[in-house]
Amino acid sequence: MSVIVFAENWDGKFKKSTFEAVSYANEIAKQLSTSTTALVIGNVSEEDMKSLGKYGAGKVLNVKNDRLNTLAAQAYGNIVAEAAQKEVATVIVISNTYTGKNIAGRIAARLKAGLVAGATALPSATAPFTVRKKCFSGKGLTDVVITSDQKVLALTPNAFRVISGEGTASLEAFVPALKDSDLKTSVKEVKKTSGKIALTEAELVVSAGRGLKGPENWGMIEELANLLGAATACSKPVADIGWRPHHEHVGQTGITIGPNLYIAIGISGAIQHLAGVSSSKVIVVINSDPEAPFFKAADYGVVGDAFEVVPRLIEAVKTFKTSHH
Amino acid sequence: MKFLVCISQVPDTTTKITFIEGKALNAAGVQFIINPYDEIALTRALELKEALGGTVTVIHVGTVGTEPTIRKALAIGADEAIRINAEPEDAFFVASQIAEVVKKNPFDVILTGRESIDYNSGQVAGMLAEMLDLPSVCVVTKIDISGTEVTLEREIDGGKEVVSCSLPFVASAQKGLSEPRIPNMRGIMSARTKPLQITEPSSGTKLTASVSYAMPPAKQACKMVAADKMNELVELLHQEAKVI
Ligand SMILES: Cc1cc2nc3c(=O)[nH]c(=O)nc-3n(C[C@H](O)[C@H](O)[C@H](O)COP(=O)(O)OP(=O)(O)OC[C@H]3O[C@@H](n4cnc5c(N)ncnc54)[C@H](O)[C@@H]3O)c2cc1C
Repeated sequence: MSVIVFAENWDGKFKKSTFEAVSYANEIAKQLSTSTTALVIGNVSEEDMKSLGKYGAGKVLNVKNDRLNTLAAQAYGNIVAEAAQKEVATVIVISNTYTGKNIAGRIAARLKAGLVAGATALPSATAPFTVRKKCFSGKGLTDVVITSDQKVLALTPNAFRVISGEGTASLEAFVPALKDSDLKTSVKEVKKTSGKIALTEAELVVSAGRGLKGPENWGMIEELANLLGAATACSKPVADIGWRPHHEHVGQTGITIGPNLYIAIGISGAIQHLAGVSSSKVIVVINSDPEAPFFKAADYGVVGDAFEVVPRLIEAVKTFKTSHH
Repeated sequence: MKFLVCISQVPDTTTKITFIEGKALNAAGVQFIINPYDEIALTRALELKEALGGTVTVIHVGTVGTEPTIRKALAIGADEAIRINAEPEDAFFVASQIAEVVKKNPFDVILTGRESIDYNSGQVAGMLAEMLDLPSVCVVTKIDISGTEVTLEREIDGGKEVVSCSLPFVASAQKGLSEPRIPNMRGIMSARTKPLQITEPSSGTKLTASVSYAMPPAKQACKMVAADKMNELVELLHQEAKVI
C-alpha cells in the first residue's frame, strides 16, 4: 500500500501547487500509515526531484522520454495509472491544474477508481473515504464518499498549505509501457500571454469592472498590479466589450481563481462574478456605491470614487514598500 | 461527420443555492438550464456541422423531468437527442452509460463542457475518452477540423497550447470556443418533432456519492476603511490580513 502523487512540472520546474500536492499526499499517507511516492514525467533536475523529500515524498519515480516533454493526456494518464499499480497505491493525488483536468478522468476510468476533482481538504474520514469539495461554483460544499478500493484526488491549487521539513527523496527511473497509439495528440505551439503573471497562479490579483468607464483608464489598475506583483483580472462585460482581453475575465463563465488577495475595483459583485472569486482568502472592494452587493462578500471595503481612491492606494503601497525594504 | 455533444442539466447561474438538511439540493423554485459550457460545446458542434456537413446528436443521462432541457438543445439546432433514463449520480456511471451508446454507434467528434456548474468536476470527458480508447483534449477554446486534421487550442496557466489531434476525439469546451445561440421560433417549433430516443441504462457501477452538503463558511462582516485612509488599508492588509 502507498500513496502516489503526480508531481507536475512546467518546463522542468516545479511550482507551489506541486509542493501542495506532495504535502497533501503525505498527510493522507500518514492517515493511512503508509508512505508517499512522487511521479515526475519529464526533465527535472535530480536536485529538484530529491527536494520533494522535504514535502514528504520518500521516493521519486522519474519518467524521462522526449516524447513526453509536453502533455499527451492519454499517455500521461496511462503512466500515472501504471505507476499507481506498480506502487500498489490506494490513493492517487494530482493537482487540479489544467494538466490535472486533462488527466484526472482518464486515470480514474483506467483504474476504475472513484475521483474527487477539486478536493479542498484532507479526507475527513478514511473509512468510508470521505473528501470535501466545492459545488455549485463555490455556493456550496459537499462531502463525497469514494467507494472503490483505489481513489483519485485532484487537489485544488491554493487550497492546501505546503508542509515542509527535512528529507531527501530517493530517485528511481521508471520506464512505462508506452505505445504510439497513446500519443494521438501533439503540441504544435505554446502561446504565452507575454510577460504577465498568470492569473490562475497569482497570489495577488487586482481586478476592475465597468465602473472604470473605459479601457483608457486601466493605467492605474496596471500600475497598482505591478507595484504589488499582482495579476490583473476583469469582469465579464469589460471583456465582452473589448476593454480587456478575454483571458482576464473571471467568474462563473470565465476563470475561477483563489488568490490570497483579490482587489475588486468598480465591480458590482454579481453572483456570477462572485462564483469565480469567492475562494479568494481576502477580498478588498472599492466601489462608489455603498449598496454594491460586493461589500457583502468583502473583508475590507472602501466606498469612494475609484479615480480618487486608486491613485491614493498606489501612493500608500509605494510608501509601504519604501518603509519595509 | 458525426458530432455527439454530452449535455447536463444544472441550476440557472443566478440560483440561490440552499440544501435540505444538508442532504440534498433544495430544488424548490430552481430553474434548470443546459450547463453553460455544454451549450458552448453544442454551438461549436453546430458551426462545424454547418461547415463540414453531418449531424449533431445530443446525449443526456437523466430522468424524464429533464426533457425540456433536451428540447432546448434541439431548439438551438441539434438534429436528434438520446436520453439515457437514469439519475446522473456519479461521473463514472454517466461516462460508462455514454460510452456504451458510442461503442454501438460511433461518432467522429465527442464534446462535453469543461465542467458542469453544479458539481464542478469536469470528469466525464476524460473518462469517456479512456473508456473508448480515444484521445482527449480538455478545456479548449478552439476546435478546427480540416480533412482528417484536427487543431485545438487548450488553456494552460498563462497562455494557450495549440494541439493537433486525429479523428475521432473527445474535447471539453471552455468559454471562448463559441458564442451560444438563442433559439429562434423556427428552432423551437421544429424541436418538438425532432427525434428523442430514450434508452434504458446498462448496468453500471457508481464509485462516488455526495453524502452531505454545507454552505460555505459565512464571511466576517466587511471592515470599512475611509476613502482618504489608504495607508490604513495597506497596514491592515499587511498586519492583520498578512497578504502583502
Ligand atoms: C449566464 C451568465 C454568466 C455570467 N458570467 C459572468 C462571469 O463569469 N463574470 C462576470 O464578471 N460576470 C458574469 N456575468 C455578468 C454579471 O451578471 C454582471 O453583469 C457583471 O459581473 C457586472 O460587471 P461589472 O461589475 O463590471 O459591471 P456593473 O454591474 O455595471 O458594475 C459596475 C460597478 O462599478 C461601480 N462604479 C461605477 N463608477 C465607479 C467609480 N467611479 N468608482 C468606483 N466604482 C464605480 C458601480 O457602483 C457598480 O457597482 C454573467 C451573467 C450571466 C447571465
